[in-house]
Formats: sequence, structure tokens, C-alpha cells
Amino acid sequence: MAVEVRLPMILQKVAGGAKTVKVEGKSIHEVFDNLEKNHHGFASRLFDNEGNLNHFIMVYVNNEDIRLQRGMQTELKDGDVITLLPAMAGGEDCCR
Amino acid sequence: MEMSLPFSRPWPAGKTAVAELKDRPESSFPLARRYADKMIAHAREEAPNECCGILAGPANEGRVEKLYHGINAEKSPVRYNIDPQQLLSIHEETEAKGWAILGIYHSHTHTEAFPSATDVRLAFWPDSTYLIISLKEQGEPVIRAFSIRDGRIEEKQVVIGE
Ligand SMILES: [Zn+2]
Repeated sequence: MAVEVRLPMILQKVAGGAKTVKVEGKSIHEVFDNLEKNHHGFASRLFDNEGNLNHFIMVYVNNEDIRLQRGMQTELKDGDVITLLPAMAGGEDCCR
Repeated sequence: MEMSLPFSRPWPAGKTAVAELKDRPESSFPLARRYADKMIAHAREEAPNECCGILAGPANEGRVEKLYHGINAEKSPVRYNIDPQQLLSIHEETEAKGWAILGIYHSHTHTEAFPSATDVRLAFWPDSTYLIISLKEQGEPVIRAFSIRDGRIEEKQVVIGE
């Protein structure tokens, strides 16, 4: 069962320059595992040191934010489109 | 279930900003006056919170065709984060038009128009220009532009046109 993953610029280099990749997986979790297997280097960009999804990476399944669904456990169907986008964010240094 | 907003936990540690500013910026960012005016008006409307938004246009021309008022999901005077759902829809619209996200703007309501270390650490769009509107001097808002890549800041000259 394959889904399409659309990559932002900062992740395309990990996939050898590809804008989209086809990946197997029945959940976001499985898809991310397979992304790392196919293209080493994804995991370190997608997850923090504790293994949680990086808060500055947005993940959408067919245009729905997975954080408003079941997060990493969000289930997938054949042909689903997953879009990864980095946050557009910033702020002052005073207030970490 | 992952529900928390991006800023609810400590920010990731990262490199410190290294400013590499030259006296005269080598590259420029052309910006029509109407967009500059809209950005300043947006910053004033949102104050004391930071405003944020996107400038997009044809990828190969570098000319801004549309300004998107961002929704700052943080609604904060010290943070900005464009609402994730809005970010996706703007991204889809620009892709469909064959546009690029040329600029990402936000405001500094009481500091100068220069990227903070946090702005640099969270600059995940290396191909876009980061524009900062400062309202520090009440009567004289300032807009400056920077490219931020791999923790390095390079200023671009904002060239105001018609
Ligand atoms: Zn800032």
C-alpha cells in the first residue's frame, strides 16, 4: 500500500532532490519509518532527541493536519497524499 | 494524540545567529510600495502582537503578485507562527499558480528590524526572503530583508518600487 509524500525544499536533499516520494505504510508512523529506511537522514530531521515529532514540521494527510487527527497513529489509505511543510515561525530570544 | 501548539515546549537548542552583514547588501528584494504599506498597516493592526504573512509571485520573475495576511497562531507579542492550516492552503495556492513563496514577513513591535537568534533557528525556508517590519520608532516603521540559510544571515536591500 503506497502513499505519496510531498517534500519541502529542506527535505528534498535527503531524498536525493526528489520533490515527492512514494512510500509504503498504513500509518504516518510506518511511513516515516520507511522514509528513513529508504533515505537515511529523515528521522533526525523529523524527530527530536526524545523521538517526538518535531514541532516545527507540519504533517498533513490529504490537507488535514495530523495533529488534529491521531498524530503519528493517523491511518492511511492507498493513494493518500502526505504533505510535509516546515513551520513559518520565529520570535524574540527573551522568552524561551 | 499530539495536540499541543509548537511553542508549548522548550525550543530546540540550535546554533547561535552569526550575522554576516556587509555595508552594502549585494542582493536586493524588489517590493512595490503598496505591499510595503500593507505590511506596515498589518503590523500596526496586530500590535502589540507580532504579525506575519507571505509574499508570493511567479517563481522565475521574483515579482510579488500577492500578499497573504497570515494568522499568527500564537497571538503573541514575542512569537509568530503562521496558522498551520492557512500555511498549507497558501502553499497549495502558490504551487497551483506556479508561484514561489518569495517573502515571509513578521513584525518586531519594540525591537529593531533584525532577525533574532530564534528567528534564525526557526528559519526553515532557505529559498524565501525573510522580511521584518520594526515599529520600534513609532512614526518611522522600518522594513529590512534577509536571507537566512544554515544559521547565516545575509541582508538584502529592500528596493521600493511602484
Ligand atoms: Zn523576529
